[in-house]
Amino acid sequence: MELAKQNTQIVTPDSYMQELTTLNLGPTHPATHGIFQNILQMDGEKIVSGVPTIGYIHRAFEKIAERRNFYQITPLTDRMNYCSSPINNMGWWMTVEKLLGVTVPKRAEYIRVIVMELARIADHLICNSILGVDTGAFTGFLYVFQEREKIYEIYEEICGARLTTNMGRVGGMERDLSPVAIQKIRDFLRDFPKVMREFETMFNRNRIFIDRVENVGPITAERALNYGFTGPNLRAAGVDYDVRVMNPYSSYQDFDFEIPVGTKGDTYDRFMVRNEEIWQSLRIIQQAMDNLPEGPFHADAPEFYLPPKQEVYRNMEALIYHFKIVMGEIDAPVGEVYHSVEGGNGELGFYLVSDGGRTPYRLHFRRPCFIYYQAYPEMVVGTQLSDAIVILSSMNVIAGELDA
Amino acid sequence: MAELTNELLVQALQEKFGDQLFDIHEPYGLVTVTTTRENIIPMLQALYDDAFLQFQFLTTMCGIHYPDNKGQELGVIYHLHSLVHNIRLRIKIFFSEDDAVVPTATNLYATANWMERETFDFYGIRFEGHPNLIRILNVEEMEAFPMRKEFPLEDQTREDKINTFFGR
Repeated sequence: MELAKQNTQIVTPDSYMQELTTLNLGPTHPATHGIFQNILQMDGEKIVSGVPTIGYIHRAFEKIAERRNFYQITPLTDRMNYCSSPINNMGWWMTVEKLLGVTVPKRAEYIRVIVMELARIADHLICNSILGVDTGAFTGFLYVFQEREKIYEIYEEICGARLTTNMGRVGGMERDLSPVAIQKIRDFLRDFPKVMREFETMFNRNRIFIDRVENVGPITAERALNYGFTGPNLRAAGVDYDVRVMNPYSSYQDFDFEIPVGTKGDTYDRFMVRNEEIWQSLRIIQQAMDNLPEGPFHADAPEFYLPPKQEVYRNMEALIYHFKIVMGEIDAPVGEVYHSVEGGNGELGFYLVSDGGRTPYRLHFRRPCFIYYQAYPEMVVGTQLSDAIVILSSMNVIAGELDA
Repeated sequence: MAELTNELLVQALQEKFGDQLFDIHEPYGLVTVTTTRENIIPMLQALYDDAFLQFQFLTTMCGIHYPDNKGQELGVIYHLHSLVHNIRLRIKIFFSEDDAVVPTATNLYATANWMERETFDFYGIRFEGHPNLIRILNVEEMEAFPMRKEFPLEDQTREDKINTFFGR
């Protein structure tokens, strides 16, 4: 086994300490931002090898999903990448809509884009500001967390929840954007750039910060692709793969935005790519708000979309559909569908196999974190312990998504 | 370079692996083929090396269990992506529960390492040649393979809840 092999590591002649130290980084460590363990072999401060252990918050979502109706699976997706749960929710709804063949109206698609981009901003803000904290700059974290709070207030206005949003329905949203929500989004678009500029001024050209992150944990484009990297981490290595552009979903083709790429794939590139993506997300939200189409906010699909409550009391059909949907008596067509969205960390895929029943026969989540975290040992070997922490936080490993 | 379409892809696949492919169809615009277990690694390798197709990105991989398909109960499903052409391909293999051994793809894709460990963890499919095939999400001491269909999620001995009332 890997552990046994590790303990018989031979000390190289140029070793500083002439012996190796085993260090358990985690499972609960303030700098790991989640529960996962790394057993590191250290030669002094230098890392010789690392073995990650994951699964501490494995909740068997794929198994649970086989026993749940489609609308009961959204709460499970919330809890994967809990920093950007709306993206997970929308990705799941789009998968179901693809299977059922439901066309979503333009307004609902735009609302979804707004929500997803807000979620992306929140996700990247957490990652980048925590990277600041790990390098010793606590202030930036406090600046941007106030703005993240505003994003959560917008979620609250749209769906009533803040962290695990359970947002949306088959065919659209559960309710239209309220005037308060629109006002809050507009306020955010007005106020946020100033804070973001402040944040960037603090970090982007900061000598102390650059010394800590530049050339730390680089990965080449070839290795990154071979490791299945997606999202900002892959783009930092110089590959311009973005699901929003390659396979546009939810009207992303209507918007004008750029895909930032890095060159070296090091921690600094990852940081800068995320920062630039925040600006691009802002651009998308601005365009979506300016061109928000009129019309219904959900598809006309009565057998899948829960009718309004007042209709249920007055209208026979609405009552029947209400009952059938809530009791999970709506059969899905037979088929298999793969749909992916650009999550906060990369390509978030849903592979859904339906045997014609009321629940998925098999549901597999392609979790970007799970896939790219396996490159971590390769990235930390040869670096210092403090670099390992920085690399970990710049990769934005979210324990919920890692373990599902 | 010519544009690769689903039709061209199916054509190219048939030329290369004609008699090894079964059940070629396109559910929701994604070319899906079934092949044999012996053919899977040569096929992945050939798709990887092909100068035109360039399927060099393993998007995801997962297991599946059909207990009623006798002799072909277990399966592994690979999702490949040709980033150059932006075309996806799904390859399936099926085999018997008693002989759940599949050659590993880790020599080709580093990312297959944990995906295969996860598949092993959930379905008990052993990947021959895998460098470190141990459980990844569940505890080491676990004996069962929990995603198999013989392990229902709810307690089957419950009498207060009649499944037909709940559409199951």
